[in-house]
Amino acid sequence: MQALRAAFARDPGGSWFLAVLAAGFVLVPLLYLAVPDGSGLHLSGYTVTLLAKYMSYAILAIAVDLVWGYCGILSLGHGAFFALGGYAMGMYLMREIGARGVYGDPLLPDFMVFLNWKELPWFWYGFDHFGFALLMVVLVPGLLALVFGYFAFRARVSGVYLSIITQALTYALMLAFFRNDMGFGGNNGFTDFKDIAGFPLQEPRTRAVLFLLTALALGGSFVLCRFIVRSRAGRVIQAVRDAESRARFLGYRVENYKLWMFVLSAVLAGIAGALYVPQIGIINPSEFSPANSIEIVIWVAIGGRSTLYGAAAGAVFVNYAKTYFTAVLPSFWLYALGTLFIVVTLFLPRGIVGAIAALRQRRAKA
Amino acid sequence: MSGATDPGAAAPAPAPDSAAGPGPGRRPGVVLYLEAITVRFDGFKALDALTLYIDAGELRCIIGPNGAGKTTMMDVITGKTRPDSGTAWFGQDIDLLTRTEPQIAQSGIGRKFQKPTVFEHHTVFENLELAMAGDKSVWRSLFHRLTPAQGELIGATLETIGLVQRRGELAGALSHGQKQWLEIGMLLMQEPKLLLIDEPVAGMTPQETERTAELLLSLAGRHSVVVVEHDMDFVRSIARKVTVLHEGRVLAEGDIDTVQADPRVIEVYLGQPADAATRT
Repeated sequence: MQALRAAFARDPGGSWFLAVLAAGFVLVPLLYLAVPDGSGLHLSGYTVTLLAKYMSYAILAIAVDLVWGYCGILSLGHGAFFALGGYAMGMYLMREIGARGVYGDPLLPDFMVFLNWKELPWFWYGFDHFGFALLMVVLVPGLLALVFGYFAFRARVSGVYLSIITQALTYALMLAFFRNDMGFGGNNGFTDFKDIAGFPLQEPRTRAVLFLLTALALGGSFVLCRFIVRSRAGRVIQAVRDAESRARFLGYRVENYKLWMFVLSAVLAGIAGALYVPQIGIINPSEFSPANSIEIVIWVAIGGRSTLYGAAAGAVFVNYAKTYFTAVLPSFWLYALGTLFIVVTLFLPRGIVGAIAALRQRRAKA
Repeated sequence: MSGATDPGAAAPAPAPDSAAGPGPGRRPGVVLYLEAITVRFDGFKALDALTLYIDAGELRCIIGPNGAGKTTMMDVITGKTRPDSGTAWFGQDIDLLTRTEPQIAQSGIGRKFQKPTVFEHHTVFENLELAMAGDKSVWRSLFHRLTPAQGELIGATLETIGLVQRRGELAGALSHGQKQWLEIGMLLMQEPKLLLIDEPVAGMTPQETERTAELLLSLAGRHSVVVVEHDMDFVRSIARKVTVLHEGRVLAEGDIDTVQADPRVIEVYLGQPADAATRT
């Protein structure tokens, strides 16, 4: 109890975040599975999936905050890593369908039969194993970030130029994934998933487990990133953000720090994508769209940069608003998002959590 | 091509104590040797056969009018500028002209630029911690815990630069003078043998200037310190030995009174004689 109180005093925002997450971890599956349908307390499958979607976006936002808020790398291409993780999971889910597809081919997914392909492309091998797919969820975004970051950071590309090439990266991938002959389902992507690791995806218990896994991944990402930003390495990356040449002058290999943070961030984004796809039930190339990646940065800015929990809160808040507005006033949503972004940038430079912290301080002084 | 037949091949690794080696190795107690250094920029000679020796533990002031070559000299020592001719040795066995800037920094030469650059969003303590010599790889720093010895070293440096009371504050909240001291502290954390300090008291209040003089005096002995400065009062308050540069050459060298009395110095640097030279 004492330790808990000390933790709250040291990092109130982060502790609140973990406490809310823990409460959701226990309550949501309980209200979903144990409380009967008619009760006012019952949560529908739709709500649970929606919450899981927000949480996977929160992981993505934390990943972006790690590189942008702490390392000063404004990546406008993180949607690409999210989508790649999602596609890796989607390929597994497609192969899990097996002969239950519309065309009933035991080996080929439906879209390949439709394209009149006779055999499985080589890069689809292995995706019938769940473990292999999980490995790819981590490896593919990680390797892309490693190669991309290696060249970009070694060439000392930074600031707006780096942001632009990350946009180009995700745009190029979107165009590639739109093509039918790439072998990733073209503009339709993957959908109609049946089950995961043998458990039917429509089954409430499977959904509850996926929800729990997403919550664990979110908590884990947060704790891992918080450990990093509070370590000496975290102080180094913040020093790089504030005065890069000074840090280099002190003997730090700045490009290595940037590279490993970027790779870790991409891996987290990939994991978020892999959790998103089985619950939402679809992945297609629009996930690569440059606008998506920009939206992630807006979540982080609105929530509060360089806090991690602020990024997560921003992702949940903005996406909740999006769900609400697109249901009530669909044409109004983009204006609302734009206005929100401008208002936050002008009046709340430290985002919503920064504004709350400032309010609390003012009240403590009064 | 065998190295033995190539006369230049012996240069990178002279025997430390060999007087016959290509390294300097002749003067006892000298830590920095600049000999006949010439730097040309588009025909203009920024340094003209400059020869200068700095002793171990010495506090030396370099003065001179604008364009005398003070900054160029610092640039040559730290590897930022390569001279057209001449030799530059650090200690007995480090040829500065063959090393890169980071290598020179690693070998024990710290340079403080005029404008203070500290990490404004880090505390004073963290600034010193970041500057500490040691393994700076990503993996090591991820799991790094401060050892008691390292903590003491930071504490001692805080003591030296007089910022013990402000150790927990953000560096961005410090005054201009305090930022300068913090940056000197950051250089000290790298345990340099030679400190190059460019105009440390520019923009400081009189009290800060006085405190800076004490700080630099306290460093001499443990480190060799080279200070480039315009403020003659300040130079007078710290200098034991002053070198006057003019048009890329050493014009005069000696204690401050001798130098200020030198008619050539009065002519080229102090402009009007008497009153400028003795102004306090």
